[in-house]
Amino acid sequence: MSFEAWIIATGVLVGVSCGLIGTFLVLRSMAMLADAISHTVLLGIVGAFLVTGSLDGIYMFIGAAATGLLTAFLVQLLHSKGVQSDAAIGVVFTSLFAIGVILLSVYGANVHLDIEHSLMGEIAFVPWNTVTVFGVDIGPKAFWMLASVLVLNVVLISVCYKEFKIASFDPQMALALGIPVLLIHYVQMGMLSLTTVASFDSVGAVLVVAMLIVPPAAAHLLTDRLLYMLILSALIGGLSAVMGYFFATWLNVSISGAMAAMTGVCYASAFLFSPANGVITKKLRTLNMQKERAG
Amino acid sequence: MFPVELDNVTVAYHKKPVLQDISLQVPEGKLIGIIGPNGAGKSTLIKTILGLVPRASGDISIYGKDYKDQRTRIGYVPQRGSVDWDFPTSPLDVVLMGRYGRIGLLKRPKKADVEMAKAALTKVGMHDYAKRQISQLSGGQQQRVFLARALCQNADIYFMDEPFAGVDAATERAIMTLLAELKEKGKTVLVVHHDLQTAEDYFDWILLLHLRKIAFGPTENVFTIENLQKTYGGRLTFLKDKVLAEGHKE
Repeated sequence: MSFEAWIIATGVLVGVSCGLIGTFLVLRSMAMLADAISHTVLLGIVGAFLVTGSLDGIYMFIGAAATGLLTAFLVQLLHSKGVQSDAAIGVVFTSLFAIGVILLSVYGANVHLDIEHSLMGEIAFVPWNTVTVFGVDIGPKAFWMLASVLVLNVVLISVCYKEFKIASFDPQMALALGIPVLLIHYVQMGMLSLTTVASFDSVGAVLVVAMLIVPPAAAHLLTDRLLYMLILSALIGGLSAVMGYFFATWLNVSISGAMAAMTGVCYASAFLFSPANGVITKKLRTLNMQKERAG
Repeated sequence: MFPVELDNVTVAYHKKPVLQDISLQVPEGKLIGIIGPNGAGKSTLIKTILGLVPRASGDISIYGKDYKDQRTRIGYVPQRGSVDWDFPTSPLDVVLMGRYGRIGLLKRPKKADVEMAKAALTKVGMHDYAKRQISQLSGGQQQRVFLARALCQNADIYFMDEPFAGVDAATERAIMTLLAELKEKGKTVLVVHHDLQTAEDYFDWILLLHLRKIAFGPTENVFTIENLQKTYGGRLTFLKDKVLAEGHKE
């Protein structure tokens, strides 16, 4: 595959995996937690590097999953002690992120892991970092990391679909029925952490939030069924990646930035033109009704 | 054996007690109203029995056993405002959630479960709305969906948190019919209620609650001015009406 195709394929995988797990975050009103975990994952990556001395995929996954869950756990802990949940998120993630930044500036000087890269990502470099299996170059590492995470997300969502649904819609009822709501929360936070770290190289810690939140928010405007919302969210995420790539090459700007911007364009279109809820659609409908009445 | 038994239950929120030394032996097959002013701990009591709120001390048993072993015998109607009605789902799907406890973890609903959910929707007069978006429903219709979900749980004891709050007259009648039917089948129903005007007519038994148990027993014994004054601190204009009405009777 050409470099261009690998970049687009990687971007699409980011959009699809983020769109799926992001749907549950949006429905549970936990968008801020996505922002938090996307930042604290930096500490996990730096920590994994300091412990193992390598930037290998698997160690990064473990480090990121650990800090992601730690973030979710600390937020939960503070919240249960009476701290408001937004304040709890703010305190936990800025502290953990700050530790990550300090460690990075002290020990990371001679590693290819700079702050700008971590925040913004650089998907254009993805095709150079490839994996070789049995002597055959099978393509970029980022692509295969994302593909594994996507498979994991799809499997977990299909197996736990009913539990994810009730835990998002009515956690109290779920608890009363004996569904392990807290465990589900941590499973989802684990999925979020893995998805974030896999997307890290491509879009970075800041822009991954756009991929996690905006496509599901747009999909929410377009459908009133959870299954369709998941599918639409994945499609919008993937589409934003493709559109973003061509937009970026056309204007010669940052690819990851353009991809994130395209999620915004998709959201704006859904907001204005959604068949049921669109601002303009509603206006047109009223106008038509008035015309019919006048005619 | 009592459907629900509480022995010296105390619940605290950040060290402040919200329920103190509650002991109850709930009789089987009665319609029981839980009544008290705002912040009296009515919802907390239900949530404590259901294990949703941790208790500081005391024991709770459901038909003599721990709640965890009796989940399938309990139906729950949470407050309508406790969920996001913009959630992308349909009334049928919400009602089906009542079956999740019996279906079991990670298993999918069977056809029989869907049929049961549809029957429950029909029972509350919401059959035509099965596939709508839940946000399009009125408050009363949303409440009926929650009731249908509890019916689907096919339980022996029902806990309902303010089912009459903000519903239209038709829904109120529908709920009353449903409660009467449940009672006829020998089910025990506990209902958090805050309308004193109707409480006397609706319930066989009444629990007056204000942080502590003020009184618990058959309505005619419990629903007295003295008890109500103890519960509400004599603040209610309703009390004046009741005093007048009782004076009239005598």
